[in-house]
Amino acid sequence: MREVAIIAYAQTPLVRDCGSKNDVELVMEVVHAVKKQLNFTNKDIDFFCSGSCDYLGGSAFAFVNALDALGAVPPINESHVEMDAAWALYEAWLKIQTGHANTALVYGFGKCSQGDLPDVLTLQLDPYYTQPLWPDSISLAALQAQALLDAGKITEADMARVVQQSRANAKAKPTAQLKGDFTVEQLLAEPKLVSPLRRHDCPPVTDGASAVILATREVAERFHKRNAYITGIDHRIESHQLGTRDLTDSLSTRLAAAGAGVAKGKVDIAELHAPFSHQSLLLKQALGLDDSTKINPSGGALAGNIMMSQGLSNFGEVAQRIIKGEANRGVAHATSGACLQQNLVAVLEGK
Amino acid sequence: MGNACAVVGIGQSERYKTKIKKSMAGLVREAAQNALNDAGCAWADIDAVIIGKAPDFFEGVVMPELYLADALGCHGKPMMRVHTAGSVGGSTAIVAASHIQSGVFKRVLTVAYEKQSESNAMWALSTRQPFQPHLNAGAGGFFAPIIREYMRRTQAPLDIGCKVALKDRKHALKNPHAHMHEDADALTLENYMDSMMLWDPIRYAEVCPSSDGACAMVLANEDLAKKSPNKPAWIHGTAMKSEPTMYPWREEVNPQAGILCAKEVYAQAGITNPRKDIDMAEVYVPFSWYEPMWLENLGFAEVGEGWKLTESGATSLDQGGDIPWNVSGGVLSSNPIGASGMIRFAEAALQVRGMAGERQVPGCKTALGHAYGGGAQFFSMWIVGSEKR
Amino acid sequence: MSEKIEMIECPVTLSYNFSAGAAPTRFLRGMKDGRLTGQRSPLTGKVIVPPRGACPESGLPTSEEVALPDTATVITFTIVYLPIPTSKLDPPFVVAKLVLDNSDQTFILLVSGCANEDVKIGMRVKAVWKDQSEWDYSMDNIAYFEPTGEPPVDIEALKTRRLAEARQYIEKKAGSK
Repeated sequence: MREVAIIAYAQTPLVRDCGSKNDVELVMEVVHAVKKQLNFTNKDIDFFCSGSCDYLGGSAFAFVNALDALGAVPPINESHVEMDAAWALYEAWLKIQTGHANTALVYGFGKCSQGDLPDVLTLQLDPYYTQPLWPDSISLAALQAQALLDAGKITEADMARVVQQSRANAKAKPTAQLKGDFTVEQLLAEPKLVSPLRRHDCPPVTDGASAVILATREVAERFHKRNAYITGIDHRIESHQLGTRDLTDSLSTRLAAAGAGVAKGKVDIAELHAPFSHQSLLLKQALGLDDSTKINPSGGALAGNIMMSQGLSNFGEVAQRIIKGEANRGVAHATSGACLQQNLVAVLEGK
Repeated sequence: MGNACAVVGIGQSERYKTKIKKSMAGLVREAAQNALNDAGCAWADIDAVIIGKAPDFFEGVVMPELYLADALGCHGKPMMRVHTAGSVGGSTAIVAASHIQSGVFKRVLTVAYEKQSESNAMWALSTRQPFQPHLNAGAGGFFAPIIREYMRRTQAPLDIGCKVALKDRKHALKNPHAHMHEDADALTLENYMDSMMLWDPIRYAEVCPSSDGACAMVLANEDLAKKSPNKPAWIHGTAMKSEPTMYPWREEVNPQAGILCAKEVYAQAGITNPRKDIDMAEVYVPFSWYEPMWLENLGFAEVGEGWKLTESGATSLDQGGDIPWNVSGGVLSSNPIGASGMIRFAEAALQVRGMAGERQVPGCKTALGHAYGGGAQFFSMWIVGSEKR
Repeated sequence: MSEKIEMIECPVTLSYNFSAGAAPTRFLRGMKDGRLTGQRSPLTGKVIVPPRGACPESGLPTSEEVALPDTATVITFTIVYLPIPTSKLDPPFVVAKLVLDNSDQTFILLVSGCANEDVKIGMRVKAVWKDQSEWDYSMDNIAYFEPTGEPPVDIEALKTRRLAEARQYIEKKAGSK
């Protein structure tokens, strides 16, 4: 396997509504930022790949407009997945493994303020039996939270602690959307939104974009003394039918974690794509992490959740901290589908 | 580059139609099962599934890989969904090939589909774009002006488009899967030239149908390919190129991204003279005039001369042409948009495996699969051969 | 009832609030005042109208505004016979790709005021604006473009000339630094 590192990362400020910026303008910010970090032009980038969701944009070819931000003249090698950009990173990583590329720029974006996110997410469900009933994403997450509570695997106080930690960690990130100091008591005193979830247990709606640049060792060594290499990466999906899954566990995360070799060493930090507080607890278990791992030092999805790029952002957040020497080995995770149906896990190590 | 990869199984919908009376799950499963049968393997033998389709607006299901995980036997496996507009069927095959070429996977299933009867493809292609005048006349309205410019530059005879359409529809008669199987008395140049003008200069007869359908392939590494029951088709080259939909003075008739994509895939496959080195090509031609245009773009003919190649019958299997194009009937005879790119790639593979039945191009050893999407800005191509390179 | 159910209808309604983006917004504000404005690419010197935020060739933001006349050349066109879904226009009508004078990017608008069959590539046209009372932040303020009667233009020569002008602009800008 070729050694691949993440050598640049940028993310837009996480905001509820980015105002009049359109998709192109959001993507331009992060694409230019990562190129600038390395003084790269398109000639230095062998492959571009992105993740986004047309339905967020409200038009059938929404992702095409973002291409304007890349300066694709002369034409570029480019691909796109209609998934979180973490999967675009996976496609780029595979491309580098084939030898067809040595560097790749991966980006994702989501302008959720434009539409009605819960309605859009309901359209992900089985169109014949489930979607026509219009169960929304929050209610489905609530089902999973309730299952965890009923099984005695977590308590409401545990969930509140996740939120508390997220808000506190986010204070260190100037561009995070939600941050602050809260006590567990304060949080538990809030009314339920969709039982057992309180508003703060749910992700904010965020407009944003993020980008990373991947490179092989030869290129990476020109830029950082210490690089964040992907030493393992794997992704799995489970059955779509909620009734056939044990919602108190995440089988696909366990399998992906094993495939990525998470247990092979100490995990200093983990950026988990957990839009709901109970999912953070569930994922931590499924990944086999203990309290020695710092979970979501960036604040995680509860501090700002860029649809279609939160998973990709996690790669950047972990890589950044490894490059700075704040951590040696970390886990980046991405999820897709209701109740953690699909999960991608990667291990990044500093060398 | 990378590890060798071969197509060891191909499956399609039994017949592409305006409306296939199956659920989306049933649709993809049929094609996938056919591919697995052809490959002589079971669901459990598949390491990963890569699916592709065009905009979700065509069916009204967001990120359908989530819903289709069960139908495609993905529980506990890696699954990805590619989306590059109309070229997606091709790009999906290329991403699937990467899975094998990278050495990370041994055998993968790739499926591309579209069920445009569930939503309204014409509407989805012509939704009102915000802040722009509502003149979005769909794909036909977009490509017609470009075709008009090609006709002006070349001064080609006005019946070239209808000749292409006629050729592809005649080819389709030998393809049991093809959507359009027209009666012999309808298949005349007169009839085609008489058909209603839709977006001048594109006539009704020169337009692809709107189809439901799925296409699937099983790709495998060298070890497994050599053990497969049917002859493998070896991948000699893959390439993808993109350019912006619009930019000042963009050359739209002969897009640069197409030229470069072809150059790259030919270089990988050792092709120096496409017309001579390639035995047949499945090329994405949804509006008939795109055949002469792509003959030039892909280097089969000099700029300005593509229409002459068509006129000579060189691209017709029935007429014994030396470079048959779209013997499957092409996009003009079946167009489940998300699947169409993969159908091209699969047909190329089928041909070099010698398994194309009545429409087999004799002695076919090297074939080109081509797809394009968006405003003719996304290109994906592959070259397959009957021998490993 | 033992009817076999083969189809279900599931209506979906989604509503969206679209933002034009900062660059298109400036253009649309100009339209409200009856002004056509393009934006120049800092890398290529070419003028893009309507602007979309980035120069697609370079990926750089376009900010330099250029005032444009409302005369244009038809680069290519189609005559639409099939009605556009949800549009009130009655076919047949001409949808053309036009390049406004002093700009480099085609955009799509109606051409009318003559027989559809008389529209030609290279035809010179001028905007016919709606009544000022109907003006909004929209390209729709222009009802259509009609022929000026001038002789048609060689579009290849137009392209060559415009590309040269863009290059000269960039050279002059670099020289004056």
